[in-house]
Amino acid sequence: MTDLINNLSLGFGVAFTVQNLMYCFVGCLLGTLIGVLPGIGPVATIAMLLPATYALPPVAALIMLAGIYYGAQYGGSTTAILVNLPGESSSVVTVIDGYQMARRGRAGPALAAAGLGSFFAGCVGTLILAAFAAPLTEVAFKFGPAEYFSLMILGLIGAVVLASGSLLKAIAMIVLGLLMGLVGTDVNSGVARFSFDIPELTDGIGFVVIAMGVFGYGEIISNLSTPEHEREVFVGKVTGLLPTKEDFRNMIPAVLRGTALGSALGILPGGGALLAAFAAYTVEKKTKLRPGEVPFGQGNIRGVAAPESANNAGSQTSFIPLLTLGIPPNAVMALMVGAMTIHNIQPGPQVMTSNPELFWGLIASMWIGNAMLIILNLPLIGMWIKLLTVPYRWLFPAIVLFCAIGVYSTNNNTFDIWMVAIFGVIGYTFIKLGTEPAPLLLGFILGPMMEENLRRALLLSRGDWSVFVTRPLSAGLLAAALLLLVIVLMPAVKHKREEAFVED
Amino acid sequence: MKIKNQKDFFSGLMFTIVGAAFALGATTYSVGTGARMGPGYFPLLLGILLAILGATILFNAMVVETPDGNKIGKWAFRPLSFIILANVLFGVMIGGLPSIGLPPMGMILGIYVLTIVASMADGHFKLKEVLVLATILSIGSYLAFVVLLKLQFPVWPTFITG
Repeated sequence: MTDLINNLSLGFGVAFTVQNLMYCFVGCLLGTLIGVLPGIGPVATIAMLLPATYALPPVAALIMLAGIYYGAQYGGSTTAILVNLPGESSSVVTVIDGYQMARRGRAGPALAAAGLGSFFAGCVGTLILAAFAAPLTEVAFKFGPAEYFSLMILGLIGAVVLASGSLLKAIAMIVLGLLMGLVGTDVNSGVARFSFDIPELTDGIGFVVIAMGVFGYGEIISNLSTPEHEREVFVGKVTGLLPTKEDFRNMIPAVLRGTALGSALGILPGGGALLAAFAAYTVEKKTKLRPGEVPFGQGNIRGVAAPESANNAGSQTSFIPLLTLGIPPNAVMALMVGAMTIHNIQPGPQVMTSNPELFWGLIASMWIGNAMLIILNLPLIGMWIKLLTVPYRWLFPAIVLFCAIGVYSTNNNTFDIWMVAIFGVIGYTFIKLGTEPAPLLLGFILGPMMEENLRRALLLSRGDWSVFVTRPLSAGLLAAALLLLVIVLMPAVKHKREEAFVED
Repeated sequence: MKIKNQKDFFSGLMFTIVGAAFALGATTYSVGTGARMGPGYFPLLLGILLAILGATILFNAMVVETPDGNKIGKWAFRPLSFIILANVLFGVMIGGLPSIGLPPMGMILGIYVLTIVASMADGHFKLKEVLVLATILSIGSYLAFVVLLKLQFPVWPTFITG
């Protein structure tokens, strides 16, 4: 306990410098700005804004990136409530009741419920992260290469099991991602693999290129191909932000349930914000309505408060596997791994011991970021609404431009611009073929790590594959992965899973 | 055999071909054994796995009945080509194209070209509006990326700045 307090005070010491506070603020502001725009999710947002952090010291860069991440999340809920379009995927369920509240002139309370719920959940998530980080890191140090390999298998399987869509296709996307991750010089033999004698490819494919091409360009092209909906934006109708006493009475248990659910699901591989929001909404729908309460789907405040708290708690706790084990649980965290590598930090258990300022500073800044966001969002709501009225035909050229500039500035090399063009086409193809790109990014980041751990494990066992099942920890992890697969493939669960993701 | 699920059929085909290609490519490197993995070992393994997964998806797409055939639908060639072209032209403006003797034209001109071409991706192109947008973006990008973030960009054409 005293350790925790000491660590946190170290963290706050780092985070409360003028410089870091400023970066945290800028990150939150930019994240919200992009998050509010419909059709551009957190992955593309982070990839787009990544170049802005290159010149910063590592702590400041990570603080800013984390700020961008939850800023994007907050912004997404604003769009969901006011425009009936999810600004990003984890706000999909918020749309259902949030938009109905806005239509009944209760946009203010809906926004406040989302904001306050998220803030509370963010605080709890950060505390859990701080409390669990140290003991989990201890466990991580006991891991050998075999355990790491099995853990990555579990993580990847978890990521697809909990995602939507076809399981087989998602696993195929992971494998494709793993293969793409192997392009470039093999660290052990020095052989340039799959580089087609192109010098730039010997360094591997840049993760920024994939993220922007597939998530940025692919999405824009797909958005433009569907005719623009008549967007109904509730401008100037947001009056009276504060929820009523009755609202609070309904909201508080929903926020608590959402936070608990979100924190738990966030830690799971593949969990994170999206699943947390879905699960929280389902739970709220199952609990009985109080007399006089508005039914779900017609503007129930619980339908906004619970999923918003859950997705924020989930996005906070999904940092746990990243910071303690060095394994990203979802696509956004995969991007964070890439960002850390650019700043010469190898994510994993050693970060906490070798770089405590960075580790605890980042955690403390998460809490500060959450506080900033609520200050930023509720009073400034008018500004975000203005932004929502900007037509898409002005927005998308700007997004294309930021992607192009971002990609170029990664290496100051036009080769990356050609690559992002190729990945844009690939990304659109993925959308047309109904294959989800998130597992691809996860596989891409984990590819080299997996190969390295497999090589080491097999080297130690002299080529004996049974090492993965004879070491108890590794066997347990693999068994868990298998169990997950079996559960999902059971007909009853399979049916339910398909149902759960069609709710929107 | 009839295709019963178009999206799955073609994605399965894509995975099979790509997997086979990776596996085939991997055999050109030394594969080695489990205890001494060569650079070809892991990619060969994954390539075969991907090809098998792809073939399974392909097979399912021809066997399992889907309600509406899960059609791919029309490809949006207009946005696809204009967005990608805008991006490529921006690269050409920044880096120049030595093969036709085009010197680097710099970021500002690149922004104008990108904005104009990208705006053609949807059907409502208005030149005046687009030029205003491009001007705003140029000034904004110059201030944000060059002045504030000090990123290394050729801002103006090299034949002017030398």
